[in-house]
Amino acid sequence: MQEKNISANNFEQCQKCSLCETVCPVMANNPDYGGPKRSGPDGERYRLKNGIFFDDSLKYCLNCKRCEVACPSGVRIADLIQQARIDFNKKSPKLRDMMLASTDQMGPLASTFAPIVNFSLGLGPVKSVLDATIGIDRHRTMPKYASKTFVHWFKKNAAAAQDGFKKHISYFHGCYANYNYPQLAKDFVAVMNAFGYGVHLMDGERCCGVAKIANGMIPAATRDAKINMGAFRKSIAEGRDIVTVSTTCTMTLLEEYPELLKVDNDDVKNHVSLVEQFLYKAIASGEVKPVWKEGWKARAAYHCPCHQERLGLGIFTTELLKMIPGMELTELESNCCGIAGTYGFKKENYAVSQKIGKPLFDDIKAAAPEFVACECETCKWQIEMSTGVPVKNPVSILAEALDLEKTSELNRP
Amino acid sequence: MPVKNDFDVIIIGGGITGAGTARDCAMRGLKVLLIERHDIATGATGRNHGLLHSGARYAVKDSESAEECIRENKILRSIASNCVEDTGGLFITLPEDEDAGFGLDYQKTFIEACQKAGIDAKAISPSEAREMEPSVNPSLIGAVVVPDGSVDPFRLCSANVTDAAMHGAKVLVYTQFLDFIREGDTILGVKVLDTRTGQEAEYRAPVTVNAAGIWGHGVAEKAGVHIGMYPAKGALLVFGHRVNNVVINRCRKSADGDILVPGDSVTVIGTTSTKVPFEECDNMEVTPEEVSLLLREGCALCPALASTRILRAYAGVRPLVADDSDPTGRSISRGIVCLDHESRDGVKGLVSITGGKLMTYRLMAELATDAVCRKLGVNQVCTTAETPLPGSVDGRIETVSKRFEGKVSLGQKGAAGRQGDLVGKINFTTAEDKKLVCECENVTLAEIKYAVAELGVRTLEDLRRRTRVGMGTCQGTLCIRKAAKALAIALGDPSLEGKLAADYLDERWKGMRAVGWGDTLREMEFMQRVYKFQKPYSYDEI
Repeated sequence: MQEKNISANNFEQCQKCSLCETVCPVMANNPDYGGPKRSGPDGERYRLKNGIFFDDSLKYCLNCKRCEVACPSGVRIADLIQQARIDFNKKSPKLRDMMLASTDQMGPLASTFAPIVNFSLGLGPVKSVLDATIGIDRHRTMPKYASKTFVHWFKKNAAAAQDGFKKHISYFHGCYANYNYPQLAKDFVAVMNAFGYGVHLMDGERCCGVAKIANGMIPAATRDAKINMGAFRKSIAEGRDIVTVSTTCTMTLLEEYPELLKVDNDDVKNHVSLVEQFLYKAIASGEVKPVWKEGWKARAAYHCPCHQERLGLGIFTTELLKMIPGMELTELESNCCGIAGTYGFKKENYAVSQKIGKPLFDDIKAAAPEFVACECETCKWQIEMSTGVPVKNPVSILAEALDLEKTSELNRP
Repeated sequence: MPVKNDFDVIIIGGGITGAGTARDCAMRGLKVLLIERHDIATGATGRNHGLLHSGARYAVKDSESAEECIRENKILRSIASNCVEDTGGLFITLPEDEDAGFGLDYQKTFIEACQKAGIDAKAISPSEAREMEPSVNPSLIGAVVVPDGSVDPFRLCSANVTDAAMHGAKVLVYTQFLDFIREGDTILGVKVLDTRTGQEAEYRAPVTVNAAGIWGHGVAEKAGVHIGMYPAKGALLVFGHRVNNVVINRCRKSADGDILVPGDSVTVIGTTSTKVPFEECDNMEVTPEEVSLLLREGCALCPALASTRILRAYAGVRPLVADDSDPTGRSISRGIVCLDHESRDGVKGLVSITGGKLMTYRLMAELATDAVCRKLGVNQVCTTAETPLPGSVDGRIETVSKRFEGKVSLGQKGAAGRQGDLVGKINFTTAEDKKLVCECENVTLAEIKYAVAELGVRTLEDLRRRTRVGMGTCQGTLCIRKAAKALAIALGDPSLEGKLAADYLDERWKGMRAVGWGDTLREMEFMQRVYKFQKPYSYDEI
């Protein structure tokens, strides 16, 4: 009989139980979207028969991957949808999509002119023009660009000290921390250093490519993926594992490279961790010891980003935050915030994006925390814009709550 | 007593042969009655590969069949574009075929025989074959390209019946033949039973055509004539999706399980060939041995089958006929057998048309209709080879789906693929009608309503044969209550819903049981759970 019946065509395992449809945030809010089952496994069956069955509505999938988390049969539903968009959507990406997607090319440009760019992107008339011309929704606040990138700062102020540590890691900072929010990366360096780890940048780190994949720029994304994997391998060979801060970058590096870009990462996977996972394990095992600031107190609500859930790593963040003595943590219901990276910036998705996020926004308002703890940068923009409650990355919370000096003394070998 | 003839000709059997004969007779101006005890295409017509033979399979051994096939192949491509898909076909040679005496020397013989029969056969290199069909066994040592294709037998049969009806034929399904009305040596008509109402009736015509496939044996016995039929069971397996897009055959002496056909949204491997007793023809079960054999042979054509989900197994019975000239009955012809029982047996007013294949149904119908016309003294030429079937005037999905205004939904594309250019008759106006009932096969409520109203649907199996409802991965688990509700309402008795659904699922279950392991077993478990606990469906939930 059939010796192994796990098909390479993973969609075959779909039992049509439709659980995925119950968790899809888009399906509940956009009647034009057929939902994960129909767009994924069902659609794939018909697309194999005839490409005419590729449906344009697949563009509404925001790739939150909640369907994959829910699927009891392990079907990679969101990947099927992304793959179909790659294979069948022959329209070349719009200028807007290219601009939104090319975080690594727009970044250096915008950083150089940061004051002008930030000022103009914040102006009402400019927003209206962007809305009318290239379709970036006027309600959106574009992420601010920093005038000095993190890499620039690091090389000038921190790099030299790193060799003095006993233990070393490589840091995949991603575009956001580099161009838009260097403070996050600086917090990361401070925390890792306090725990006795030297932080190193990798030669030629590229954008993880998530936005390029979402916007159909596959050759560019594949090129970057290969360069990144080369850099990772070099770092691993030199004895440094890789620590990341961005959830979505991490998911892309670990999951999307082999599945969608066909860039192999089998030998690399076990050497990459998200910072919360890395630190939780190090503290729990006694490898490192934290010293918390006397009297530090905060009331926070934790929102687990969709991709963190897909990776199954949210638990590390909550457990890590609960270690902080003064932390009063509410865990919010699992809901998508609706922005999904560049998705929510597009004019055609704005209304749906806000509808999707509403249950989360309501929960946050009801919990009325001092701030929301969340690992994801785009969730941060969405939540701050929609609720007015500030969002802090767990790394920045640690940087605040730790007595960095004492921690650093305690962990000095 | 003067005989009142209701019809010119009565045709027994709503398979493809009967349907084709009804169409041909009606197009030649005859008053036709077609009777079928179940639904159309329920016998061997609906239980085969759906292969549009190029004839290559027969070229070496039986050049006459091969020539018939390629002629009909070309005709069907032009008159049945909505039912036919031009997939192309490969005949591959594997290393083990070489040892069995069917190596590349045989390939040469094969190509010559094909060309002699008028089949465009061309050898290509193994790497070209792998490029043409990536799922093909990569260890092949040779391949020949032939003009095989796939044909949807349900659609083809339905189109013939529809056209017959459009030309004035009366079609009675669920009407069982009981006996002949006979006077001396003349057949005057038939006694029938409406299997749904239990009412008996009589219909008369100067000629009756026995087109009942393997059951034609029993029909002939009622007239006191014997046809030496040989019921040959053929088992097949349906895989969950299209594994291949080109038909794959083995380039060797025909054997079991050596044809892999991509048909609509699935792939089918077959067949076996076993003689079965006549009593078993009504209830075919596929055995574990047959499943193993088909899988083993299938994997030789296409290794991916070893890990592909099997949706179900089914079997049909070929109506093979022993050669009249051979008293032992061992010499079987796969060719067409058209018997005028007046000259053969001295029974007037009866013609039997049998043997043959799905591929040559039109030719069979032409021969039968010629015989009918001769008997009636009608002098009309056959035009079925030139006249497109309904739905196939311009039946390609690519052109048909362009007819819709605005954004074309998946349900509309699905319907365009199935109903061809008749899709315009489907009313997609309301949002409700546009909703998918069967998500696996993209069947909308609108298409179901159309099939029920226009295509003579009585049960969900009937509906399945016309729309593919419930033929996908879940085998009806998620959609069949919705379809049952729609059908029950259309039939004017909403209380039928539960029974319609249960009958359908029983039939699906039968096909799944034979391959009940892995994902299929999980699906069966899921089906069971859903239906154990399901409350009556509320129409608002659709």
